Formats: sequence, structure tokens, C-alpha cells
Amino acid sequence: MSATLPLPATGYADANGRLCAERVRADFPILGREVHGRPLVYLDSAASSQQPRAVLDAVERYVTTTHANVHRGVHVLSQDATAAFEGARETVRRFINARSTREIIFTHGTTEAINLVAQAWGGAQLRSGDEVLITHLEHHANIVPWQMACARAGATLVAAPLTPNGELDVEAFAALLVPRTRLVALAHVSNALGTVLPVADLIALAHARGVPVLLDGAQAIAHQRVDVQQLDCDFYAFSGHKIYAPTGIGVLYGRESLLAAMPPWQGGGDMILSVAIERSTFNELPWKFEAGTPNISGAIGLGAALDYVDTLGRERVAAHEQMLLQIATARLREVPGLTLIGTARDKAGVISFTLAGIHPHDVGTILDREGIAIRTGHHCAMPVMTYYGLPATVRASFGCYSTAADIEALLAGLQRVREVFA
Amino acid sequence: MEIRDLYRDVILDHNRSPRNFGRLDPADAEAVGHNPLCGDSLSVTVRFEGDRLSELRFNGQGCAISVASASLMSEAVSGRPLGEVEALYREVHALLTEPAHVPGIPLGKLMALAGVREFPARVKCASLCWHTLHAALTRPAHPSAAPAVSTE
Repeated sequence: MSATLPLPATGYADANGRLCAERVRADFPILGREVHGRPLVYLDSAASSQQPRAVLDAVERYVTTTHANVHRGVHVLSQDATAAFEGARETVRRFINARSTREIIFTHGTTEAINLVAQAWGGAQLRSGDEVLITHLEHHANIVPWQMACARAGATLVAAPLTPNGELDVEAFAALLVPRTRLVALAHVSNALGTVLPVADLIALAHARGVPVLLDGAQAIAHQRVDVQQLDCDFYAFSGHKIYAPTGIGVLYGRESLLAAMPPWQGGGDMILSVAIERSTFNELPWKFEAGTPNISGAIGLGAALDYVDTLGRERVAAHEQMLLQIATARLREVPGLTLIGTARDKAGVISFTLAGIHPHDVGTILDREGIAIRTGHHCAMPVMTYYGLPATVRASFGCYSTAADIEALLAGLQRVREVFA
Repeated sequence: MEIRDLYRDVILDHNRSPRNFGRLDPADAEAVGHNPLCGDSLSVTVRFEGDRLSELRFNGQGCAISVASASLMSEAVSGRPLGEVEALYREVHALLTEPAHVPGIPLGKLMALAGVREFPARVKCASLCWHTLHAALTRPAHPSAAPAVSTE
């Protein structure tokens, strides 16, 4: 992949205003490597996205010029590191349009963010006989923390069913919203099926009954504009590494009134104002929920990644991925024996499928030999697989750097799979 | 390493037409194996005659490597003294995991699994049936208390 395309740094759009993916690709060093002697075709961004030079540079600049612990020292490095870390928090706030940085908690990722709510909010609010309502298409990260919280409280976890094309059965969901329901926790986008849930409607239904809503935004944040005020959600969780930032950094957005009422969940340094052996006074938001030294360079990388996505243009990236989804859907339907799993009307750039008589893991190994990285397995969403009666699927997923050529490579790879198993 | 070193003709044949597929009922021992990474599961039922494993059947769903490995295993162990089955278990494990392992006993068609070693992500697929059989033999149990093993 050439990095010398004659385009200015801001020239990410072509003459028609569409995303110029070739220009985007030049920003991602890893896309220049080969796998098994072939150019890498990376179709696994839903598992983890790659990082652009802007993110790598921001992290390196921080580490080589600024790093020290935050919120502690009087020396220049600590003050500058604190400013950079809190600056990244402001970037996150702006990106999701939260009202205040007090509503932006840094976590390890989506999983930790949901666990935080399940333990701190759930621990304080859930009582015996209460219900937490999720859906049948959740990632394990939005199931297991609620099972644990419900078990501790004597509450019940309830899952709203799907329709055969992989959409949420909204009528059934509405019927499961009952006076016992204390919280709704939903995927914004299904990681296994690509389904975009009608979250605005679902939130309105829940709020009409006074029930707060947590959205698992891991698969949405990089692929459509997320505005927490417009959504009117109460919690929103996402991971940096799904939006071109490093692993090990994520965000919990929480409505300030809810966060303020929640007890801390982990104790330690940074989350306190004062400590005596008898008792401690807890810090203000957002630091009340950030015990210990945070992932400072990860937060700075996340801030750079969000700025990068805004430079590309979020609507432009979303439109590009929708175009790829349409191409991939049409092309894959031409493959004999291929069944698409999840055909919701509103989908993100995730496409799951099976090949008749060939297990997804065999597909994955043969594609890997062709340099094509896709995900195979249950995608940490085993209830979805159970619903479809499948042990696993093959999943291709797109990012801002994905191209129609990647899809053609996938098609050629699937032809190779069929030859091996002919 | 070419893809056909993994998907050899013997493997593809046993995947297409698995031998000894199904359940023995009643069985003298059984176990269930899970590969949590894949979501695959496999059950093994066996019967004994004296100190021999007279018959084995396996059931479940999995990739070509796991189905072929179980099918090849079922042929390799049926009729063998239990001591030899145990020796085969150890040899196959070494074949799948140790570089340039030279088997101490003839493995016959099981040598078709030699290519799996070069595909580390797939070793668990080939070894699941053997671990499951090992569990059935070391902890013979009533069906209601069948031991479950996991590759994780």
C-alpha cells in the first residue's frame, strides 16, 4: 500500500464527497503488511479495529515528552499529563455530546463499564423480585454482569426475544417492561448479526415507565453518530479499540444524577478526597469511579482516535460502510450454499453467514491462508447462536479503511474454501 | 505449509463420512467434551470386553478437523487393549503439539493429523475427541454423571 497518494492530509473525500478509502488506508501502517505471503485483507474490525498513524503518534508524543502520573505531582510532567488526560476526557464528552465531563468515566473497555454499572448501580438499586431486561442478541458482556448482579440481589434477568431476521421483537420487549423492571440494558448494534436496534423508541418505551436504560455501544460508536443527549440514554458504554484507539481504554457515560447517587465500586487512590483508617471521603465525579492510576496513554490515544474519526467525517464513514454492506450482501447472496445470518432492515457493517456443510472454523483457517482475517465462532453471543441453532458463524466486518476490493478478496477466498471441500 | 497439508484427503473423507457416528446405548463409559472457543461439543460412548475397548461411537458437531479426528480415533481404538489406547492418546497428543515428533508406535491413518501442528489455532479441534475419550476411560461413569472436559 502506497502512502504517497497525491492528496492533502484533509483530502479524505472524493469529488462527490464520499469517503476515499484508499486515502484512509494510507494512514494505517498495519494494512501494508502481508499474511502468508499475501496482502492482508482485514475484515475483523468488529472484534478490534486497527490504529491510524495519528493515534500512534499521539501516544508516542505523550510517552516521549509528557508522561508522569496524573492528579498527583506539582512538577511540570504531572501537570501536563493531567492536562492531556483531562483533555482527552473533554474530547470524549464532545464526541458523544455529554453535558459535562463529570459524566465521562474512563474504564478498561465496554465490559468494565457495564460491570461498573451492574455492581455500583445494581448493588445499590436491585432488590429481590426486581427484573433487569436485556435482549436475546446481547454480547456476553451485557449478559453476565447482569446475571451476577441479579444473583446477588435475588433479582431476575429477562431477555426479550428476536424475530427470525435478527431484529428485536419490539412488541414482546414492550410487554416485558413491567412494574418489576428496574433497568433495561441493550446493545445499540448487535456484534454477531449487525442489527441496529431502534434504541430511541426502546428508550422512550422504558422511560415512559420510569426505567433507566444502558446502551452497549461497542459496535455502534465507530459506525454512526452517537449523541447521548439526543438518544436520552442513561448509560452508554464503549471501547476505544473498536474505534481505532488502543486496547485497554473505554468509556462509561452516565447521566450525572444517576452517577452521583451511585456508590463507588473500586476503592483506592484517585477516587478519594481523604482517607483515615476509620473512614474515607470519596472524590467527585468522574474520579469517584476511577480508582488507581488510569490508562493515561490509552485515554490520549482514544482522544486522538475520536479526532481522527471526526476528521474523516462520521456521516461519511457511515455512508461508506453502508455501501460496503450493500455490496457484500449482494455478492455473498450469489455464493452457492451461503446463508446470511441476520438480515435486519437496519444493519451496521457486520455480516454473518454460514456455508452449507462447511464449519466456520474451516472457512476461517482457509481464508487466513489467503491473507483474509475474519472472525469465526459464537462471537461471545452464544444465546444468538442458540436462537439460530448454530454453533458458530463466519463474520466479516468493516471499518473506515475497508474497500470493495476487500469484499472481492473475500469472495475469491470463499471460492477457494469450496474448492478444498469440493 | 499449504492448506492441503491440513485438509488432507483422509481428513476430508472422514469429515464427509464419519465412521462410528452416534451413541452406544447402553454404554460402559461416556464423556462429553467442549471446546468453548468454538462452541463445539462432542460426546464419546464406549463399551468394553475385558480389558479391551470393544466399541466406540462419537456424537456432536464440529469442524472438519474435529469430526475427522474423532472418526479416525474411533477406528484406531476399537478392539484395542486399554493400555494401547492410553499409549495412542499420548502419542497423538505429542504428534499434535511437539515439533518433529517421531511416534514410538505406528499411528497408521492417524498420521493424517500431522499437519495440524502447523496450524496452532486448530490443535484443540483435533485433540478434543482424545481428551474426551481419556476422560471417559479414566472416570467411567453412569450416563447421569458423565464427566465433562474442556479444551480451555
